Amino acid sequence: MKAVEVDNLTKRFGQFVAVDQVSLSVEQGEIFGFLGPNGAGKSTTIRILCGLLSPTSGRATVNGFDVAAQSEQVKQNIGYMSQKFSLYDDLAVEENIEFFGGIYGVPAAEREERKRYVMRMAGLEDKGGMPTRLLPGGWKQRLALGCAVLHRPPILFLDEPTSGVDPIARREFWDLIYQFSEAGQTVFVTTHYMEEAEYCHRLALMYRGKVIALGTPQELKRQAGLPSMEQVFVEMIEREEAGA
Amino acid sequence: MAPGEIFGLVGPDGAGKTTTLRLLANLLDASAGQALVAGYDVARHPDAVRDRIGYMAQRFGLYPDLTVEENMVFYADLFGIDRTERERLMPRLLEMTRMAPFMKRQAGRLSGGMKQKLALMCTLLHHPRILLLDEPTNGVDPVSRRDFWQILTGLVKDGLTVLVTTAYLDEAERCGRVGLLHNGRLIRCDTPEALKKGMEETCYEVVCEDQRRVRAALERVEGVMSVAPAGARLHMFLRPGASVGAVRERVPACAVREIVPSLEDVFIGLIRKESR
Repeated sequence: MKAVEVDNLTKRFGQFVAVDQVSLSVEQGEIFGFLGPNGAGKSTTIRILCGLLSPTSGRATVNGFDVAAQSEQVKQNIGYMSQKFSLYDDLAVEENIEFFGGIYGVPAAEREERKRYVMRMAGLEDKGGMPTRLLPGGWKQRLALGCAVLHRPPILFLDEPTSGVDPIARREFWDLIYQFSEAGQTVFVTTHYMEEAEYCHRLALMYRGKVIALGTPQELKRQAGLPSMEQVFVEMIEREEAGA
Repeated sequence: MAPGEIFGLVGPDGAGKTTTLRLLANLLDASAGQALVAGYDVARHPDAVRDRIGYMAQRFGLYPDLTVEENMVFYADLFGIDRTERERLMPRLLEMTRMAPFMKRQAGRLSGGMKQKLALMCTLLHHPRILLLDEPTNGVDPVSRRDFWQILTGLVKDGLTVLVTTAYLDEAERCGRVGLLHNGRLIRCDTPEALKKGMEETCYEVVCEDQRRVRAALERVEGVMSVAPAGARLHMFLRPGASVGAVRERVPACAVREIVPSLEDVFIGLIRKESR
């Protein structure tokens, strides 16, 4: 079974086609990078895959469950970290973790251990009582990632997890992503930083709702005859814009 | 900072970058010490400072239901810019940022990169001499990010001074000088070149197929201080005086060569030392 299977997925908002006949599949344990300019349809696709938006047409399954017909089962199998924090600003750091542990159904016997794991992972061990709104942006991101993995979901959707995170924390984020992947978790991640795109097993490049390139970083660079993903991205987008 | 300089303020999350900008914009009072902006004491002459700076916060207050043009007119009014001046300035700004085609679009419907361009235009309407930009390119795609920096470079050529914070060290490479903040203290302040030359360790680039495996192997070699991925390659630091021979023996299939470290390498090395 594929972790994620997407077949001709389309989402319209009125006249606007946000996601346009997208097809792709992601293996279990794969780190799948989702690239594209702002507004290309990446977040919309992720929201559909998380069972938060229903597709206009086409089909998608996540861990074998249909995103439209079985959205509750989908939600139990995923962790989702959105661009806008899903954290409660007026709760303390620890309270946020406890809250998410509760709604994700982490068994009571494991909650304390999982909470400690998240605090350590996020480097927030001495900040448990701090109101979340007082955390600098990068630390909030780490806490949000921690809350998304509390229940050890088989599939993780991370929407720009490293935006505004400092370089050291970013490297730690990617070490964690590799650990998740090595433990068999599937990671579906969007990023605007092409250095991070190089760390993914495979990439899809989205532009105006369509997937315009799909492959390993090596394949995409070889096809374009360019040495870095940054150059591949800029060239492909400029070519599309010149053609449009 | 000298007039016409582009200065990058970098540092880990929570190091004090945003607080520093807020102090310079007089949005916070300093506990001690003094800051002069355009020659004026920030605490004693807040109005003179406000007239001369353009401050773009991380979440700049654009009105999502107003169009690009309406947002600009609103900010022009706020700054007391008369109609003639506004009508002279707006087309120039829209041309510079290539935003003219989107003039009638609601701000809420702009992409992340375009929102940042609009915020920058609003910041520039009252002819500030000094720009304070707080992480202006967070969440902005590579093409828009490059555009944004081209605009900044153009502004500096016209004589503006720019103080910018960023979490992205490839952007700091474009600055004339870079200040590194850590736990509220400025631990380094120099040109990117000088910061790189100041590293005691030697930096090597390792080109290999299986990054994770090679990295783990290298971390066990005597004299290797750190190994970290840098895009498709690895960057490795050797202790001063250590020989690269042992490394080449351990990973014979990899190409290993000495390089000038990136600013990101320097940053991470310095923070690790400070934290030890």
